[in-house]
Amino acid sequence: MDIPFTVKLRDDTTLYNAKVGIWLFLGSEVMLFGALFSSYILLRVGAPPGTWPRGLLNVPIGAFNTIVLIVSSVTVVMSWASLKLGNLGKFRFYQAITLLCALSFLTIKSFEYRDKFTHYEVWKTDGARMTGHVEGGPYFWSTQTLKDKKLDHIVFHPDPHHYTEPVKPHAGAAAEHEGHAAITIPVAEIARLSAFVPAHSTYFAIYFTLTALHGLHVFGGALVIGYLWGPGAKLWKTDPERFTNRIEISGLFWHFVDLVWIFLFPVLYLL
Amino acid sequence: MSLKAFHIVFVIASILLAFGFGAWSYFDYRDQGATADLVYAIASTLAGVILVIYFKAVLRKLKNISYL
Repeated sequence: MDIPFTVKLRDDTTLYNAKVGIWLFLGSEVMLFGALFSSYILLRVGAPPGTWPRGLLNVPIGAFNTIVLIVSSVTVVMSWASLKLGNLGKFRFYQAITLLCALSFLTIKSFEYRDKFTHYEVWKTDGARMTGHVEGGPYFWSTQTLKDKKLDHIVFHPDPHHYTEPVKPHAGAAAEHEGHAAITIPVAEIARLSAFVPAHSTYFAIYFTLTALHGLHVFGGALVIGYLWGPGAKLWKTDPERFTNRIEISGLFWHFVDLVWIFLFPVLYLL
Repeated sequence: MSLKAFHIVFVIASILLAFGFGAWSYFDYRDQGATADLVYAIASTLAGVILVIYFKAVLRKLKNISYL
């Protein structure tokens, strides 16, 4: 038995069923990301003045990732248009670029994450706070780690500015890597130590929630596109119109994922 | 809404982002004087112009495809 309305349009919706389905799904996705964006805005406007971190993200890297996703959206549409013109070879070429873009995005994002996991903030017992790197670049250290390792001091490479100081946002991010001369901090003087992980602050909790959820969507979308590029493409031989519709559906999802990033980039990196 | 229609929405959002980022970088350059900001401003504005040209080309090339 054939599944109805995979190609033929329904009289009531004037669409094929998969398109109705994907838009219902994307509607639920809008609610999910909408709730998280609203949370971000409420947390940010509710934060005491001068406490919300700024300039901790690398704007050039974020901008480059934005370009990568815009290019991938263009190639998704080109691959769909190639199928409309009956050219499977060009479809495969353009979708290969899309997959490459997805892989690039995730790789760059993982480097950004790694940078955060080795970047620390120290709250000293005298009230002073500083950000920087612990000698040796360890991952995920916390106050508990210092106790577990029974350390009596750490060697710290502080950043030139703390994020609560009024400096230009991305100048602060660039300056992070310049660092100052190493200092030795006795563990007895450390009230709290945290890497830039979700437990560090509300800011990083919402940052990692939003970007990791988006990253998972990129990964999921790439899996679907990869399947349709490889084994799923055999449908082209038996039912080309249905296959073209599948590509349109995957393209709609991909565009949604990219559109989310178009909003995420300015909200997280620039504002 | 077809992929064509969603792509048009996406490209419009990208154009706004490109020019917005260009303006953001320019204002930073004006305030701080860092050369990198000027480079970002020019590159982003250029990207916005390229996207506008692409937008027109998409409208022309996909004119026979439905918005639904």
